[in-house]
Amino acid sequence: MERFALLDAAALPVDRPNVDTDQIVPARYLQKPRSDDFGAYLFRDLRFAADGHEIPSFLLNQPAYRGARIVVAQRNFGCGSSREHAVWALFDYGIRAVIAPSFGDIFASNALKNGLLPVVLDEPVVAGLLEQLVRAPGLHLVVDLQAQEVRVPDGAVHRFAVDPFAKHCLVEGIDEITYTLSLLPAIEAYEARGEVLPSAKELQ
Amino acid sequence: MPPTTLFEKIWRRHVVHERDDGRTLLYVDRHLVQDGSAPAFAMLRQRDLVPRMPERAFATPDHYVPTNSRSLADVRDPEAARMAQALRDDATGAGIRFFGIDDPRQGIIHLIGPEQGLSQPGMLIVCGDSHTSTHGALGALAFGIGASEVAHVLATQTIWQQRPRTLRVTVEGTLGSGVTAKDVILAIIAKIGAAGAAGHAIEYAGPTVRALSMEGRFTLCNMSIEAGARAGMVAPDDTAFAYLSGRPFAPAGEAWQCAVRDWRTLRSDDDATFDREVTLDVSHLAPMVTWGNSPEDALPITGRVPDPRDVDDAERREAMQRALTYMGLTPGMPLAEVTVDRVFIGSCTNSRIEDLRLAAAVVAGRRVAKGVEAWVVPGSGLVKAQAEAEGLDRVFADAGFQWRFAGCSMCLATNGERVAPGERCASTSNRNFVGRQGPGSRTHLMSPAMAAAAAVTGRLADVRPLLTSAPAVSAST
Repeated sequence: MERFALLDAAALPVDRPNVDTDQIVPARYLQKPRSDDFGAYLFRDLRFAADGHEIPSFLLNQPAYRGARIVVAQRNFGCGSSREHAVWALFDYGIRAVIAPSFGDIFASNALKNGLLPVVLDEPVVAGLLEQLVRAPGLHLVVDLQAQEVRVPDGAVHRFAVDPFAKHCLVEGIDEITYTLSLLPAIEAYEARGEVLPSAKELQ
Repeated sequence: MPPTTLFEKIWRRHVVHERDDGRTLLYVDRHLVQDGSAPAFAMLRQRDLVPRMPERAFATPDHYVPTNSRSLADVRDPEAARMAQALRDDATGAGIRFFGIDDPRQGIIHLIGPEQGLSQPGMLIVCGDSHTSTHGALGALAFGIGASEVAHVLATQTIWQQRPRTLRVTVEGTLGSGVTAKDVILAIIAKIGAAGAAGHAIEYAGPTVRALSMEGRFTLCNMSIEAGARAGMVAPDDTAFAYLSGRPFAPAGEAWQCAVRDWRTLRSDDDATFDREVTLDVSHLAPMVTWGNSPEDALPITGRVPDPRDVDDAERREAMQRALTYMGLTPGMPLAEVTVDRVFIGSCTNSRIEDLRLAAAVVAGRRVAKGVEAWVVPGSGLVKAQAEAEGLDRVFADAGFQWRFAGCSMCLATNGERVAPGERCASTSNRNFVGRQGPGSRTHLMSPAMAAAAAVTGRLADVRPLLTSAPAVSAST
C-alpha cells in the first residue's frame, strides 16, 4: 500500500449528504479490472452526461477543482454498497483524504486498506469548510496524519481521531494480509481450541 | 459474569487476537462468496497465496447471471458474463463449494446461506456484499466487507474489526393486514436516518420481532445497512431452530441437539445494557413507500410527496429538492397518484417464498395495468421450484408478469437488466439511490404486497383495500 504522506492540496466540496457508493462509481463499472484507471469512472453520472459531455455545474469539472486531492462532503459519505471500487475511483483520480462528519462503515474500512484517509470532523466544522471551499475555489487544506490535524489557510486547526492500527498501516504503507500472517500461531491456536463453527468434522 | 448482549457473546467467541489499541482479529466461521469477487482472488494470486480454509467458504454467482435464461450467453455484455465465469474458475480452482448457474440450488447468496443451513446461530459470517447483515436474522454476527477484506479472509480465515457499539431496536405492536417486515424496516430507517445506526450493531427485539417469521426477520436484518449499521441480528429462538432443522448443511442427529442447547444461550441477558435504545410501535403502521433517493425518504402510502419549503434545515431542503427533481415528483401530490412504468419483485430483501405468496395473493384474478412491465425474480432456484409447485408462477404469468430465473437482476442491474432512463419502478429491493437500477432510473422501495398492488393499479397504491375486496379483472390489457 502507498504510504500516506503529508497532504497539502486543493479540496473538492461535495456539498450533499448520503453520497452513496453508486454515485461514487456506478455499478456498471464493477466488472472492470483493477488495472483500469478508475479515476475516469469517479462520480461518472454526476460528472458526465449520458453522451459523455462534462456537466459544467459539477465542481470537479471546473478548473480550480480539477487537481483536488481532498474531498470534503456532508454526512454519511460512502454509504451503501461494499464496492471497493468507490475507493479505487477516488484514489486513482488522485484523492488521498475525504473529510466528512460521518462515513459508511465499509467504505471507511476499504479506504484505509488503499491509502485513502477518511477524516471525521464535527458537522459545523465541515459545514464551514464547505462554505470556504465554494467561496474560494482551489483553496488548499493540509491533512497531517502524523499530527492528526486538518489545517486551514485561515489558521484554524481541527484535530481528528484515527484508529492507531490504521494510522500505523497508512504511515508505514503496511499490507494487512502480511501483518496478519505474522500472527498465524494465534490463528492456529484458536482453531486448535475447537470452538470454531461448524467443527472440522461437520465440514467433511 | 456480568450481563452481556447477544452481540458481545458472539464477538467474544471469535476473538483470535486483541491489540492494545482495541483492534481485534476475529475468526470467520463462514465466508460467502459471490461473482463480484474476481478482484479479491486476483489480490491473492498477486501475493502467491491460496485460500487457507476453502471448506469454510461457499460460492454462487448472483450479480452477473441473466434471469431470462440459464445461459451466460444471455448476458449481453461479455465483460459482465466473464465475472460469473471467473467465480466458477476461482472457486472450483480453490476447492470452494460452488453452486453454478446450472445448479437448481443457485441463487442470491443471501438466500442460499440460510436456505442450505450454511448460516447458523452464533457464527461469524462475512461476504463481499453489504447485505450480508441478512444472515444476522438467525442469530449470527454477519457483515459485508470490501475486496481487500475478502482477500484477507481467504488468506487468513480472519478479519480485523474495531468493536462496534450496540443498538437495540425494540418493535412493539401487532402489524395490520398488508403491513410487513419491509414496512417495519423502512419505518425504522425513516425514524433514525440512513446513518442512524452508523458504527453500531443492531439487535432487533420485542414482541413484533418475535412474532415475525424467519423470512420477515431476513428482510428486517437485510436493510440494517440502509440504516448505516455494521450488522443486524435477532436472537435465535424456536422459529429459527424450526427453520434450520433438516437443512442440508445444518447439524443433524446428536450434533443438532447439542447445537440447539448452545444456541439457546445466544440471547441478550435480561439486564444487559446497550449503548443505545430505540423503540417503535407499529400498531398503526401503514404500508411504506420511498419517494426520494435515500432509504430514509420513506413515508406511509397514505401520505403526500413532501414539500421542501416545509423544511427549516437548508441542507436537508436542498437534498429534498434534488431528489424531487431527479424523481420527477411534485410537492404535495398524493403518493398514491404516482404512476409507475415497471414493477420489480425480487432481490435479497424480498424474493423468498412468503414474499411471492403475498404478492400472488394480491395479483390473483387481476391483471398487470396497461403499459406496466412487471417482473418476478425469485431469489433462488429452490424458491422458484417451490413457487411453481404451489402454482404461483401461473398466477403471476396469467396476470401478465414475467416469471424469471434467480439472481440479483434489476436491484442493481449489473447483469444488464436495467430500468431505462426516466422510467419509474416500484421495487421490493433495498436501495433507491440515483441510478441504482440503471442510469436515470427512478426507484420507489416497498414491500412485495405493495409492489403487486402497484403492478395491478399502475401506480403506487395502498394494498390494504385490494386484500379485502374481490378482484375485478380489468379489461385494460
